[in-house]
Amino acid sequence: MNRNIKFSKAINEATDLCMERDNNVYLMGLGVPDPTGFFGTTIGLQEKYGEYRVLDMPTAENGMTGIAIGTALAGMRPIMAHHRIEFAMLALEQIMNQASNWHYMCGGQSSIPIVIRILIGRGWGQGPQHSQSLQAMFAHVPGLKVLMPTTPHDAKGLLIAAIEDNNPVIFLEHRWLHNIFGDVPEGYYLTPIGKARIARSGKDVTIIASSYMVLESLSAAASLAKEGIDAEVIDLRTIRPMDKTSILESVSKTGKAIVADLGWRSFGITAEIITLIAENLWHEVKYPPRRVTLPDIPTPCSPGLAKYYYPRAIHIVNNIREIFGLSTQTEKEAGLYQEMPLDIPNKGFTGPF
Amino acid sequence: MTVQTDLINKLYYDMLRIRLVEEKIAELYPEQEMRCPVHLSIGQEAVAVGVCSALKFEDYVLSTHRSHAHYLAKGGNLKAMIAELYGRQAGCCKGKGGSMHLFDKSVNFCAVPIVGSTIPIAVGTAFATLFSNKKLISVVFFGDAAVEEGVFYESMNFASLKKLPIIFVCENNLFAVYSPLKVRQPANRSNLKIADGHGIKGYQGDGNNVMEVYNLAKAAIEKARNGEGPTFLEFSTYRWREHCGPNYDNHLGYRTENEFEAWKLRDPIKQLEKQGIHISEIEQMINKINKEINKAFLLAKNDQFPDESMLFEHVYAN
Repeated sequence: MNRNIKFSKAINEATDLCMERDNNVYLMGLGVPDPTGFFGTTIGLQEKYGEYRVLDMPTAENGMTGIAIGTALAGMRPIMAHHRIEFAMLALEQIMNQASNWHYMCGGQSSIPIVIRILIGRGWGQGPQHSQSLQAMFAHVPGLKVLMPTTPHDAKGLLIAAIEDNNPVIFLEHRWLHNIFGDVPEGYYLTPIGKARIARSGKDVTIIASSYMVLESLSAAASLAKEGIDAEVIDLRTIRPMDKTSILESVSKTGKAIVADLGWRSFGITAEIITLIAENLWHEVKYPPRRVTLPDIPTPCSPGLAKYYYPRAIHIVNNIREIFGLSTQTEKEAGLYQEMPLDIPNKGFTGPF
Repeated sequence: MTVQTDLINKLYYDMLRIRLVEEKIAELYPEQEMRCPVHLSIGQEAVAVGVCSALKFEDYVLSTHRSHAHYLAKGGNLKAMIAELYGRQAGCCKGKGGSMHLFDKSVNFCAVPIVGSTIPIAVGTAFATLFSNKKLISVVFFGDAAVEEGVFYESMNFASLKKLPIIFVCENNLFAVYSPLKVRQPANRSNLKIADGHGIKGYQGDGNNVMEVYNLAKAAIEKARNGEGPTFLEFSTYRWREHCGPNYDNHLGYRTENEFEAWKLRDPIKQLEKQGIHISEIEQMINKINKEINKAFLLAKNDQFPDESMLFEHVYAN
């Protein structure tokens, strides 16, 4: 039966279910049993599974990741959680030298089944070291899988799939998604890793997005529909391995593509997807693919600057309007204007996070 | 034969075997058929043999770039190791790891060449024992440079916090490649005090005296197996040959010929010989070991390289 629950609750349910099904699954991270339940994702778990299986830890990201890898080597299935992606950067040695290479360098004798939950976000003055989008860096590395769910349904299904996967999986959760509601089945189910989702069917243009940018893409599609432009929105769900088939099928149908990513413009996810399209659909694409990204600069703190920094639905709308030979619009004209500051996810949000 | 002479003979045999294997690698390396970096353990055999002889077969051992001695002492397969150095399909990692990545699940052994990186991984294998009823010990070997890495402190902190069954074994051979201790660590620094600061008892020993190594390791292992937590062991020792490769390199001037000769006089194998191993026994051992070594090299050289199809195998586990 489906319930309408929050993304954060869906993460909680997936963790609970996997820990119940398999005694080898355990969760570690600084503050995972904290009173707020790690943004609501771990509430009640330590009470149910104890201090060892829901493990608060020393502030030692690289060492603790190595320790998690060691337990994986000995048959455990660790889930590691980081409040911010910048803290996970301290653990890159263990993630990118050890975990990702392990299965290959030992000739397949063992692998490292670890899920690394990393929170990403935007706004509220998070600045250069609390808000980066580094999915492309992880996705560059063979041996890692990289997931970026958008809906509560997929958050639960993909986290279960990640925990059951025998490889290191980077699981990126956007803070602006934790409080969104969606239909989530009770009990066990899997969302397949490596399979995109058609978030909105359309025939005129394909918007390829992931995580929070899917929501901006859906808003953009609704605005464009008023002009008679029927956009298809693909929610990638998995960054690596990427669902090339779904992207190519959609773009070969619409002949027009725009990629919306949370990351920087250069050397990233958008470049990878546009190359994929160029390599495979050179003669079918009717207009040069476009991309909506962060500019290639660090994140500013001030809301006065941040409002020009983060891409939103209007940027997707105007790129597509240009493709169709229409003049660009303001957010008000596009029906996207909301009477609230741009550095929060909704009016009820009072920060910080 | 007493238990003690049995032990001495075993320790001697294991050290001699490692020495002869490493010397054979050094002899054949110029043929350029072992096409990967090799870090030889000649001169440092006693720490590997003394510690591993006190372990059970299933205990975990994690090691470094200089891992041949640890692998063989832990009970690793000589044929699989030599084939791995030759990049052949019969190698312990099917040719994907080479000398710097010796893995063998059958003896719970892993080595990687990033300095200090296996220290937390070993703490992890020790931590996993808390979730199961297996009374397994983890040992991690590392050099004197690894104690300069952040993960060393992170690992000791957690091992002490959870009283984990792990032995930290520092092989202090005085150099990180060519860089001596004096440019890397203050003169009055004490690893034992650093361990003690984390609540971990530490001991120093002569790393070229295999009985001393064995006795210190045995006590630490018993303590760990009884649930009394980690121990830090630091052994002084010396590598005879260059950091990486088959040659001697004293002519480069980063260490003196006198220092080298003084350490050679403390050869761990010659020292144990003085405990009363007959020359006839030694000859028998050498013959037996050489047969085994020649067979391993012959098999490796005649083995196939991995098939091209193996290139894309093992990127992801099923």
